[in-house]
Amino acid sequence: MTDAAELSLRTRELLAAHPPESTDRLDFLKARFDAGLAWVHFPEGLGGLGAPRSLQAVVDAELEAAGAPDNDPRRIGIGLGMAAPTILAYGTDEQKRRLLRPLWVGEEVWCQLFSEPGAGSDLAALGTRAVRDGDAWVVNGQKVWTSNAHNARWAILIARTDPDLPKHRGITYFVCDMTDPGVEVRPLRQITGEAEFNEVFLSDVRIPDAMRLGEIGDGWKVAQTTLMNERVAIGGMRLPREGGMIAPVAKAWRERPELRTHDLHQRLLQLWVETEVARLTGERLRQQLVAGHPGPEGSGMKLGFARLNQKVSGLEVELLGEEGLLYDDWTMRRPEIVDFVGREAGYRYLRSKGNSIEGGTSEVLLNIVAERVLGLPSEPRTDKDVAWKDLAR
Amino acid sequence: MSDLLYSETEDELRSAVRSLLADRCDAAAVIARTESGEPHDSELWKALGTDMGLAGLLVPEALGGQGATHREAAVVLEELGRAVAPVPYLTSAVIATEVLLGCDSARPEVAELLSVLASGRSVGALALPLSTAPDAAYDVVRSEGERLHGRITGVADAAAADVLLVVADGGLYAVDTAQSTENAVVVEPQTAFDLTRPLAAVTLTGARARALHTDAAPAVRRGLLSGAGLLASEQLGLADWCLTETVRYTRERNQFNRPVGSFQALKHRLAELWLETVNARAAARNAADALAVDSAEAPLAVALAQAYCAPMAVHAAEEALQLHGGIGMTWEHPVHLYLKRAKSDSIALGTAGRHREALAELVDLRAP
Repeated sequence: MTDAAELSLRTRELLAAHPPESTDRLDFLKARFDAGLAWVHFPEGLGGLGAPRSLQAVVDAELEAAGAPDNDPRRIGIGLGMAAPTILAYGTDEQKRRLLRPLWVGEEVWCQLFSEPGAGSDLAALGTRAVRDGDAWVVNGQKVWTSNAHNARWAILIARTDPDLPKHRGITYFVCDMTDPGVEVRPLRQITGEAEFNEVFLSDVRIPDAMRLGEIGDGWKVAQTTLMNERVAIGGMRLPREGGMIAPVAKAWRERPELRTHDLHQRLLQLWVETEVARLTGERLRQQLVAGHPGPEGSGMKLGFARLNQKVSGLEVELLGEEGLLYDDWTMRRPEIVDFVGREAGYRYLRSKGNSIEGGTSEVLLNIVAERVLGLPSEPRTDKDVAWKDLAR
Repeated sequence: MSDLLYSETEDELRSAVRSLLADRCDAAAVIARTESGEPHDSELWKALGTDMGLAGLLVPEALGGQGATHREAAVVLEELGRAVAPVPYLTSAVIATEVLLGCDSARPEVAELLSVLASGRSVGALALPLSTAPDAAYDVVRSEGERLHGRITGVADAAAADVLLVVADGGLYAVDTAQSTENAVVVEPQTAFDLTRPLAAVTLTGARARALHTDAAPAVRRGLLSGAGLLASEQLGLADWCLTETVRYTRERNQFNRPVGSFQALKHRLAELWLETVNARAAARNAADALAVDSAEAPLAVALAQAYCAPMAVHAAEEALQLHGGIGMTWEHPVHLYLKRAKSDSIALGTAGRHREALAELVDLRAP
């Protein structure tokens, strides 16, 4: 039961039983999940049919053609892209049954309680404590850069359960209920004026042991599943020529000749070339995946896009000249998604500065390329066999 | 969307070329040859061009070639770039051959020339400076009937050529370098910056010529465009060698009691270089594919590939030299061959800046 024809048949059956035009959006999504057409590569009973991942496109195309509602994947990106694959890989049957359906249909939004003020790039140094108390864990600490914490029902959380072990070994992975009275979410206003992220303070939050993902002390390994999926989600966009940040710059250049200077022309052409080449690299990576030969090139995509976004948006502000002196809106908004195209050049310039920090800094990613792709030796480590409690911080 | 991968056939071709070059074209031999009176390796050219049939890759089977495409030729150039091989592949099997393919191959003089170039037994060269961009202006030779007069400098691989393709008064002519009249064709080697792709000045004094085509421009443009597009693959192969060798060296070279490749300052530079080669591969494959399918986007794909790959290869060679430290400055270490080739390649067939200007027109981002 995994071929395209069968999936196509099932999709038509779903549409016949729940006509999109007369069915409530959420009811339709639940029916789709129950039919195994949510993520076809997931197991039966959990929104899938154990089919090859590539066949999802068959289902999606047919549903889109029929005008069926989607689950707004950008809005629920963290749950979909990071929590779900981790729950699937490490969750108990009970956890999978309870959590995956409302996650996929978007009834329950997820956030990610990983980074801390003292543990960013060195994530494994985190200090949020979880102490065992009967059949629960009592959690205390502070997390940061948490998008959607103010909308979230659940969080994936990593916390230190044994400070006497070296840092990577004393961590455990939990699912945290964001409605717990010990969870306090405070907006964190950023350089753009928006509060896209939050700080989250955890005070005596009680997490039942049944909400642990994976073994005690195995949290770092479990988190790798989440982080791997995070980078895939960040780097995997497919764009047409002039599809990204270069679009508004090229448009302004064509439509407003009075803005043109020779210096800007040279820089624009240079960035146009780099953007188009980066797009081809993404396309080549995608072709490799389709052919079943994924290469290591994906490690570099995020790095390349971060740099280009920053250079292109910087050029755009300058090109606009007098208009570049203005900013569209400094109001403290609380956006659900990062909207690069809905705002103006100044916003793009400021927000793209985060592209080389979020989801792994460019410096950390360069180390990963150097060590895992090129096989260069790692730098000597001073934290390897030292108990977390004895590390400098 | 173009096919940016390598096919199985292309992978097989690559291994065959690479293993031949490993046997017959090691760096020490290339360095030694640059100091000899014979800068071209004619034995290697015979093995590649004739025995393996690579000289005829782009020529249809009916005309004595292999009937392959620019995609396969690009893979050959990657390997030749990786070895900085001193053979006239780009000049004869790509540029001169493509110029002839742009003429009427029903004419016996064109068909015959194509088949001798495809066999690898003769070497052809387009008699224009190597720096000529696909859209550049040129016209330096004048014709008096079938006698040509003029002087062209900076012609790549002219010294190895048996036949020169000459543009004179807008027409295209074939000139045999061996002529009975004394001094009608004089090919004087120039001291080239890139020792592995020799340059020469060609002086024609009433040289006997065979008319090939009355309007040379479209055929010459086709030759230069293919040359520039496939040069990107040579630049990719060259850069890939620089990266691979530098990674190997920095893993083995110890300073301050650890391999220098473990220092983050160096690791980041090498990781950046890797990202650039990944991008260059996508750009070079895109150009080769566009030429292979004769896409309307070929001029754009070629300009894009040259605008990216030319400076990229120079950067790779410069980084390789710096990260090798003092050894990189010696004549004995081959990195200088790569730097000289990369820098020359960045001028060959149009600089990156010229190709960006071409792009500006093609994608409607015009100058002020």
